[in-house]
Amino acid sequence: MTAPQVAATGRWRGRVAGPVLFLVVALLFLAAPNLLSPFRLDLLGKYLCFAIVAVGIALAWGRGGMLTLGQGVFFGLGGYAMGMHLKLREAGPGGLPDFMVWSGVESLPAIWRPFANPVFALAMAVLLPVTVAVLLGLLVFRQRVRGAYFAVLSQALAAAFVILLVGQQGLTGGTNGLTNFQFFFGLDLYDPADKRLLYLVVVLALGATFLIAWQLGHSRFGKLLVAIRDGEDRVRFLGYDPAVVKTITFAISAGMAGLAGALFVPMVGLLSPANLGIVASLELLVGVAIGGRYSLAGAVGGALLVNYAKTVFSEESADNWIYLQGAMFIAVMIWAPRGLAGLLADGRALVRRRRRTRSPVTSDQPAGAADPPVATTPAASAPEPSEVAR
Amino acid sequence: MTELLRVRGLNVTFSGFRAITDLDFTVSAGELRFLIGPNGAGKTTLIDVITGLTKPASGSVTFDGTELVGRREHRIVRLGVGRTFQTSVVFEELSVLENLDLAASFRRPLGALLRRRRDTSDEVAEALATTGLTALADRPAGVLSHGQRQWLEIGMLVVQRPSLLLLDEPVAGMSRPERERTGELLQEVAREHTVIVIEHDMEFLRRFASTVSVLHEGRLLCEGTVAQVQADPRVQEVYLGRTRKESTELIKEAG
Repeated sequence: MTAPQVAATGRWRGRVAGPVLFLVVALLFLAAPNLLSPFRLDLLGKYLCFAIVAVGIALAWGRGGMLTLGQGVFFGLGGYAMGMHLKLREAGPGGLPDFMVWSGVESLPAIWRPFANPVFALAMAVLLPVTVAVLLGLLVFRQRVRGAYFAVLSQALAAAFVILLVGQQGLTGGTNGLTNFQFFFGLDLYDPADKRLLYLVVVLALGATFLIAWQLGHSRFGKLLVAIRDGEDRVRFLGYDPAVVKTITFAISAGMAGLAGALFVPMVGLLSPANLGIVASLELLVGVAIGGRYSLAGAVGGALLVNYAKTVFSEESADNWIYLQGAMFIAVMIWAPRGLAGLLADGRALVRRRRRTRSPVTSDQPAGAADPPVATTPAASAPEPSEVAR
Repeated sequence: MTELLRVRGLNVTFSGFRAITDLDFTVSAGELRFLIGPNGAGKTTLIDVITGLTKPASGSVTFDGTELVGRREHRIVRLGVGRTFQTSVVFEELSVLENLDLAASFRRPLGALLRRRRDTSDEVAEALATTGLTALADRPAGVLSHGQRQWLEIGMLVVQRPSLLLLDEPVAGMSRPERERTGELLQEVAREHTVIVIEHDMEFLRRFASTVSVLHEGRLLCEGTVAQVQADPRVQEVYLGRTRKESTELIKEAG
């Protein structure tokens, strides 16, 4: 083959490999109900909910450089919006959710009332997190708060949210949160067949989120986001307002977390402040860091892997898990700042280079082989661990 | 010629230090103006004020009749004022083409940005050709040499079609052939735009400058052609720290 032909097939392979991999993984997930026991399927469904959050984190942190330590807040807002609706459904018209009866609340609080409407609750599951993110984003990004300051701020938000939830026992169920869900839009959550259907909904939601993030990443908007991550001040002098771009991205990632929370509630059957506090928010982030925040697939894979590992190790000894997780996080930050996906990409590049040096004549040279010599700064200018806080 | 940029009574202080004092400065449309002066003269500060990066203590900057002081940076860019920085900042992870495309797309509505780039617009292709980066279009900008980065930056400015370009030391740290190339690029750009260039390099100045403004300690020292400016005793004093008389005496002694 001549060089241009090879380059053309290479490009073709590059364009097809992604979608094929996506389809294969999607089919695997869709086939899972036939392969796993109901118990394991429930767990996988839970992991997939976290993977939806991970896609949003990869977008905000990996692409946009916004280290968000409070993603649990948006997850929780979506979850509570859904949980409130399900509780009201169970209580029936005029009835009170069980925990309100226990805490001596006599009539339904006004803030709960509209959530009886399923459309309202569904919309709120996404719109509430988006609204909070837009308000916070405009406030914070306009003032050019970024890096570690933004990270600390988002974490403080998670802490405040938990305090609010725990403090309002009669309104939110306090530390116990919302529990005992049996029905989800006509599905019986104790029936394995119905649960399978719910699982499929979660898979579809993850697929949709993934595709949205993928499209965003490859659009001009995505390039702009990378540009802002690497040189926010320069972007300003290209005539763009970074605050607007960052706020939109942050809001999209918040909406994704909200959707995940809304699906988590029926999937797992409960939602408490422990699911969305500082520790939970960090766990979401650790999965993305380990999988690789610059890659959507890496983020999804990392979320699944870390949560699976958590289940496995917690089944044996709950205490050891937290140490292992910390060790994994540190190891990744030191030896693979771009996560497992980064390691994979490096490995592929190495193989390609080996192959090229072995047959240096014509065959594997890409079309651009006639490039004029350029200064060889490392092409993959991999962000260093010290940039974590950006 | 019509006035394009008009700076009046400008004062800039940095916690007590007066970076610019009562500066009046005017540039007409179509000019290629060089701005020189020793370190700390206020050259970069002046550009920072024009582009909204630094807020002045007092004074006004009008561009084409519009007041620029108090506007946010990206708004000023949208009015048609573009700039480069002393240290070039290109987006290293994006390709050369993507860098230019992003610069060229800044007037598109946000919704249109959500679509993927399908082809290369004419102006981007033209900028690639002008800057001599066509062969490198698909390479990440991180692999470019120092000179190529500066050209890419100038290209990114030009595709934005600004009416006024501000270049901060475009040939600093460049090799001789790179300087030559940059000078030609500059002349090409200056044909269609109004350009203000901060430059230290005297040889470069002699070759390419038409009008020169000399700043010293935040004030405008003098203005004129290169020859006029070089003959001005005040300029010599600023640059050499002595009057010409003293300098010639010094040379005689040494000889």
